[in-house]
Amino acid sequence: MEPPLTASGLKKRYGDVRALDGFDLTIAAGTIHGLLGPNGAGKSTAVKALATLIDLDAGTARVAGLDVRTDARRVRERIGLVGQHAAVDEILGGRQNLVMFGRLYGLTKAAAQARADDLLAAFGLAEAAERAVSTYSGGMRRRLDIAAGLIRTPAVLFLDEPTTGLDPRARNEVWQTVREVAERGTTVLLTTQYLDEADQLAAEITVVDHGRVIAGGPPSELKRQVGPDRVTVTLRSAADLDALARCLPAVHRDELALTFEVPLAEVVRALTELAIETDDLVLRRPTLDEAFLALTAQEDGVRR
Amino acid sequence: MTTLRAGWVITLRDLAHWVRQPWTPIFGLLFTIMLLLVFGFLFGGAITVPGGGDYITFLLPGMMALSMLFGVEATATTMAADARKGITDRFRSLPIGSASVALGRVGADMTNSTVELLVLILGGLLIGWRISSDPASVLLAVLLLLLLRFAMLWVGIFLGLVLRGEGSTMAVQVLVWPIGFLSTAIVSTETMPRWLGAVAAWNPLSATATAARDLFGNPTGITAGPLADGAVWLAAGWPLLITAVFLPLSARAYRRLRA
Repeated sequence: MEPPLTASGLKKRYGDVRALDGFDLTIAAGTIHGLLGPNGAGKSTAVKALATLIDLDAGTARVAGLDVRTDARRVRERIGLVGQHAAVDEILGGRQNLVMFGRLYGLTKAAAQARADDLLAAFGLAEAAERAVSTYSGGMRRRLDIAAGLIRTPAVLFLDEPTTGLDPRARNEVWQTVREVAERGTTVLLTTQYLDEADQLAAEITVVDHGRVIAGGPPSELKRQVGPDRVTVTLRSAADLDALARCLPAVHRDELALTFEVPLAEVVRALTELAIETDDLVLRRPTLDEAFLALTAQEDGVRR
Repeated sequence: MTTLRAGWVITLRDLAHWVRQPWTPIFGLLFTIMLLLVFGFLFGGAITVPGGGDYITFLLPGMMALSMLFGVEATATTMAADARKGITDRFRSLPIGSASVALGRVGADMTNSTVELLVLILGGLLIGWRISSDPASVLLAVLLLLLLRFAMLWVGIFLGLVLRGEGSTMAVQVLVWPIGFLSTAIVSTETMPRWLGAVAAWNPLSATATAARDLFGNPTGITAGPLADGAVWLAAGWPLLITAVFLPLSARAYRRLRA
């Protein structure tokens, strides 16, 4: 079966800026796919092109089995777009918004109203349904925005930086919402410049810089590309420290602490064999931040 | 989903705005009424109408034309705000015809301006304005006024899409006021220096104001020149010409969002 979204060789120039410069992407059905990159990397341009909002200079893209360039209108029936701004009408109430968008998706008035009520309940907005959206919190507004993108149960939901500008609490609400959306089987393409967001939500991440893909894979794999886990053990005496250091080569040595770049199990085995008690043991995986900085630095090095 | 139906849904959105925030249209009306009172009673006493006639009777059709012109501001502001807030992009991501958004503006803004016109007519009658012509002429006057508003709608859509920034409302105001006053809306061209009067006579607003005066049977303040003979034709021609220029420009600006 064809994946819900495939893109290859997408190009888009704005003057001298190559917003997309041979961008490729394939996402699997029913997953959250993270498009990760710094500001200006081309994430939003990619989403706008895939959601039929802008014309491409080159490349082919298919969404829900339809060509975005030649079949834009039918693509629009099969996608939901949640852009960078919470693009809901602030003066209207939450329910009015969903009914309006439902009718624009071609639902009858009654069907749009029923769908609006379902979505408001599912997104925890039933109580605020009649209130003007201008009175909503940032998180509520975003949830309504996402609900509006789900009216027709899209084949692909595009979320362009859905938590930019939200406080941590609202961000958590939105994350929870996105997880629930994916659990119900919707394929989600999420752009973000926050690595923890991609780490939290996405099963698969594509790292974008300068309009092209520079790395991809599950979050754990991206982290592994950057370096192994580091284990730091804090001991009780200098004698213990020497004994352990003789047994396992350490990469870093403090007064009472040793750091190893070996799997945790090996460190634990050595400690058990030597019958050494520890004060503290810390396992540190490279963060996606480190992975990301390493990847974009590599890329910049290559380009230079 | 037909384009027409989508346009109607977008029209309903604006009508719902007025129900939710009635003060916005009410302040709009109060502003028009305030202008009417300021010119009618504050300055009006010092103004004589060339060719004779009561100033209030002269002023009212001019105020109607002026409020049709000022409509450009409302259209441009809404278009710019929707584009800025991403609402336009959301509309563009929906399976609706590309003319739907413009049709929505036509529905909402023409309704708004029709109400404004009715308020001015009723308010005018209250302060002593009189119609001295037949119903057919009155109807034609109203239609010509709305035709000017229709033309301004396309100017507004174009300006709103082109000047999307926060300052767009200011920019439109700066354009609109001089055009509004450099016309026969408030004073006759015949009281202006000759060169200025010539410029004002060619203002589309002057054509609509003079034609409306003519058709309502009010003093026009015009005794010679193109406005004296052909105001009605000019009042039909100018808006059609403006529409012919700005409708394609608006469509182009909307398509350019895809660039």
